Order: sequence, then structure tokens, then C-alpha cells
Amino acid sequence: MTVMVQEVKPAIINNSLLQRSRSLQGISFIGLSLPAAMLVAAVLIIPFSWLAWLSLFDATGNLSTENYVRLLRPAYVESFLTTFKVAGLVTAICVLLGYPVAYLLSQLPQRAAQILMVFVILPFWTSVLVRTYAWLVLLQRQGIINQWLLSSGLISEPLPLVHNMTGTVIGMVHVMLPFLILPLYASMKAIDPVLLRAAANCGASPAQAFRQVFLPLSLSGLSAGIALTFVLCLGFYLTPALLGGGRVAMWSTQIADMVAKFANWGAASALSVVLLIVTGAILGGVNRFMRVSNAWGGKP
Amino acid sequence: MGAGKVSIRHVHKAYGAFKALDGISLDIQPGEFLTLLGPSGSGKTTLLNIIAGFERPDSGSLMVDEVEFITRPPHKRDLGMVFQNYALFPHMDVFDNVAYPLKLRGIDRASIRSRVMGALETVHMDKLAARRIGELSGGQRQRVALARAIVFEPRILLMDEPLSALDKNLREHMQMELKRLHNRLGMTTVYVTHDQQEALTMSDRIAVLDRGKVIQLDTPQNIYDHPNCKFVAGFMGETRFLPVERRDSGYHLDSRSLRLASEPLHRGANGWLIVRPERLRWAGNAQRDNRISGKVMDIVYRGDSHLVSISLAGDHEISIRHTGSEGKELPVPGQDLELWLTPEASVVVGDAIQ
Repeated sequence: MTVMVQEVKPAIINNSLLQRSRSLQGISFIGLSLPAAMLVAAVLIIPFSWLAWLSLFDATGNLSTENYVRLLRPAYVESFLTTFKVAGLVTAICVLLGYPVAYLLSQLPQRAAQILMVFVILPFWTSVLVRTYAWLVLLQRQGIINQWLLSSGLISEPLPLVHNMTGTVIGMVHVMLPFLILPLYASMKAIDPVLLRAAANCGASPAQAFRQVFLPLSLSGLSAGIALTFVLCLGFYLTPALLGGGRVAMWSTQIADMVAKFANWGAASALSVVLLIVTGAILGGVNRFMRVSNAWGGKP
Repeated sequence: MGAGKVSIRHVHKAYGAFKALDGISLDIQPGEFLTLLGPSGSGKTTLLNIIAGFERPDSGSLMVDEVEFITRPPHKRDLGMVFQNYALFPHMDVFDNVAYPLKLRGIDRASIRSRVMGALETVHMDKLAARRIGELSGGQRQRVALARAIVFEPRILLMDEPLSALDKNLREHMQMELKRLHNRLGMTTVYVTHDQQEALTMSDRIAVLDRGKVIQLDTPQNIYDHPNCKFVAGFMGETRFLPVERRDSGYHLDSRSLRLASEPLHRGANGWLIVRPERLRWAGNAQRDNRISGKVMDIVYRGDSHLVSISLAGDHEISIRHTGSEGKELPVPGQDLELWLTPEASVVVGDAIQ
């Protein structure tokens, strides 16, 4: 009997000790995360709420839905569709150009891959503005590309490569490509090369092994890259503004016009809120799709 | 399905200055279970990869059923292989993994279904056909990998340390299962391992490899009892070596003449006497057996026995098991001890093959 009492007693003491330690842990967790939470509130939640609040007032300062009703006008609907068209086109071209690059990087020996990776990341270290003006120089009527094409006799008149959709898409693809390549490369690096040997051993030709093993396993990285690129394209301003030459009305250029030309903060806010909600919905949808695909072991 | 005879001739493979394979020649008989045994870096995995077609040798020949395979791409070799970490496809379930080789061969759905379920039954995994690979334990993955390798009934099955990731009990259980499966299916099996126990348990023949060369190729019993050099002897069992001197017609251990049952394979000047715990005797016949005397250093309890370590003159150490059934008291540390080795159990080897 005495033995049992001795065993039980310390257990009770420990329970209250552990309880105290747990509540201390809780307090320190809240204490440590408080600064970050305050920062997020100050730079994200408060400005966004202010933005949404602004969008509910018309030019005279009265509460109204005018700013949102205005968005149903054909000019805005068209701009909304253009935005998705450009984002979709840029993302699709990025996939076509980026997938082979990411694949090459993932298959090269470490050292060669590092050197090539510098070329992928290099654009990150240059200002978007500088790169966009560089494209302007290359693509304009008297630019290098048109001059070369003219002198080689392939064309008789300069191609309209800039101040239109073509120029916008070319410039945006250049800016967006690393955002697609990097997550894709990371997921390809994680594919065990032995799996391709196993596929070959099962009788798969290199093309079959790629299609049936490598490609499905790289899809999670591909969808992350697509989501990132597409969402960044939706709100992209600088390149469409400069290379579009005012002819490509993206949602972002509309917002800028609203503020710079018409000083209509309410209308600009409404445009921003819509963009934010659409972006959030896309990210949420992709996130859900990816969680599902991860739970199934990477299968799409 | 052919017979499954493999002939390897003068295969060389170098990575820079490192010779992974240095002129390997080997014949594997149809239906044989051959183990490539060696330490890491001995070239055993390189040789297996050359047979599978993942590596191309610098020179040499690889004939499978009298057909030259050396430049044939891996997907046209029709060999089953079990990889070290199983290499199952994580985006397919168990059934699809096993069905993959059959789908590639354009077999109709109904036969795929019956053959996959048959292969899964063979490895006791038929109940888990719908499971994802991520939901399987190491032992279960092992079985699925095996099912995938045998489902298309290849004439040759290659295995690259398939049990090394499993814990000891499961490993021993799987050794027996693999052995039985081989007896049942009868396909030529080339098995790579660095585990001598695994090699002895499962193989028809063992090829001991070191530094890209086949050192000895023989049955497990001959490899264990009659190793042809110190390297092979040291790789097998808990082997200790005592130096012996060649004088006149025979060998001498501590100036006593060594009695051997047969003329040793080794014919050099000086050699090594192999001493393994299970071959030493507590009692012996002074007229017939070899006597080894020393002092007890320490005694370790091992569950089924005590392991007694004995130090000999010249700073050598040997050990013997004490199970309690030898009619001798367990000695105490510091005690002088006389141990015996029958002529049949006395084997002398040289430093290298003669």
C-alpha cells in the first residue's frame, strides 16, 4: 500500500507543474507573435479596410454603390477581360518556355546547374523599369529586331512590336519567367532520379518515362508556378503601361488612370477591391487543388 | 521467356582514375541465385547497373541467353529489378505500380488485373492493392517493389540491397521469403548485398568482390569454410587471424606444428590461421587437435551464450562462445585457458589470392 501512495503523490504534483508550464508556453507564444501581428495589421489590414471603405463613396462624398455599378460599363468589362487574356497568355508562354529550362536545370550536374541558374535569377537583380525600357529599344520601329529583319529581307515594312499587345506580352514574359521556373525547378529537383530508372526497367522508353512518371510528379511545382505567375500578371502595371503604349487597357492601368488623370479615389478603390477579391479567389482555389493533389501523393 | 543465362566477360568500368570494375568475368547459370557480396566501393552495384543497362562499361561483353546486351537500352532488356529504396511511383497506388510494366507491354485490362493480383498475392499484398505508396510501411513497400519486378515474369531478377532499409527481424523474415519465392518461380536472380549473413542464407553461389575484382566465386559453404584469402575470410563470420609461419613442410603456430586436415589453398611463406568463435572447442585431443592457449580478458553476456575474449601472446585476440552445454565452468577474467581447434576446422589463408 505504501508503495502505491508514493507512486501516486508525485504524479499529482507533476500535473499542476505541467499545467503551469503549458499556460506559460501559451503566454510566451502570444507575446512573441504580437509584434508580427501588429505589423500585419498596420501595413495590410488597416490600408485594405480603408481602401474598401473609400470605394463606397462617390465623387461628392455620399455613400453609394456608384463605383461598383460603373464597373459594369463595357470599357471596364473589356479591360477586365483583357487583363485575364494577357495574364493567361503570358502564363501559357512562360510554361512553354520555362518547363524545358527548369527540366534542363534539374537534370544538369550541380555545378553547371548553378551557373545556368544565375542567368535565370539575373533579371531579378535588374530593375523592371530598366528591363522594360531595354525592350522598348529592341522592339521599336527602328529597333534592332526590326532593322535586322528588314536588312535580311524577311520583311519589307517594320513589324509593330511595341505599343500594343505583342510588346506587352513579350515584356511581361521576360519579367515573369523566373517566377514560374523557380518553384518548378524546386519540385523537379525533389523527384528521385531512381524513379526514372525504375520506369525504364519496367519497360518505359525515355519519352514514356517522362510522360508517365516525371511529368505527373512535377505538376505540383508547375501549378504553384502558374498560380504565382498568373496572379502577379493580374496586378502588373509597369510593363503594360510602357510597352502597351496606352493601347492595352489592363485593370492596373485603369486604376492608375483613375487616380492620376481623374483623381477619383473612390473609383480606383473599387477597381482595387475587385482585383484583390479575384486574386484571393484564384489563390484559394489553387491552394485547395494543390492540397488535394498532395494528399493523393502529387497526382493531379 | 528464355532460360536466363548471363555471361559477363572482361568488363571494365572506370570513373576518372577510380576503377569501379577491373576486368570482371562471371557466368550465371539459368535459375541460379547468385549474390554479389562486397564492401562499399567494391563495384557490386556498378556491375548490377551494367546488367540492368543503367551504366555502360568501358569495355567487355554481357551476354544474356547468347544475345549481346551491352549496348541495349534498359527498357528493352526485360529484366526485373528491385531497387534499394524500392523506387515505387508515389503518384500511383499499389495496383498501378505493379500494373505499370504490363501496361507498357500493351497487355489487355483483364489479364493485367489477374496477373497483378496474382503477383500481389505472391507477396501477400493483395489486400492492400488500392493503397497509396505513402501509406505503406517499409516492409510493405519492399513487397510491392518485388511484385512489380516479377509481374511480367522476367527471366532475370536483379536486386540491389533490397532488405537494407528494413529492421533486423523483418530482414531475416524477408530473406526466407525471397529464398522460397526464388525456389518457386525459378528465375535467375542476381542479388547485391554487403551483408555476409544475407549472402550465406540465400545464395546458390556467392561472388565476393573487392576493388572491382571477383576475389572468390563459390558456394556459400565453400566461401565460408575454405576462403581463398584473408579478405574473404575476414568478410565472413566473426573472424580473427593468428599469424602462422611456414617451416619445412608445414605451418607453425607459436613454434608448435599446425595440424591441417587438407593441404591449404595458400602456398606462400607465411599465412594466417582463421579462428572463429563457433569453430573453437573447449576440450580437445592433444595428439590430434591444435592447441591455443591464452588468458581470459573479459566475458560478455549475449543472451544465448557468453562471449569469452581471450588474449594470446603477441597481442592477438580471439573469442569463443560459452553456452553452458560444454561441461566446462564459465571462466573468470584473468584465468589461463587452453582452447582447441580440430584439423578440419583449421584453415590457413594468405594475404592475397595465389
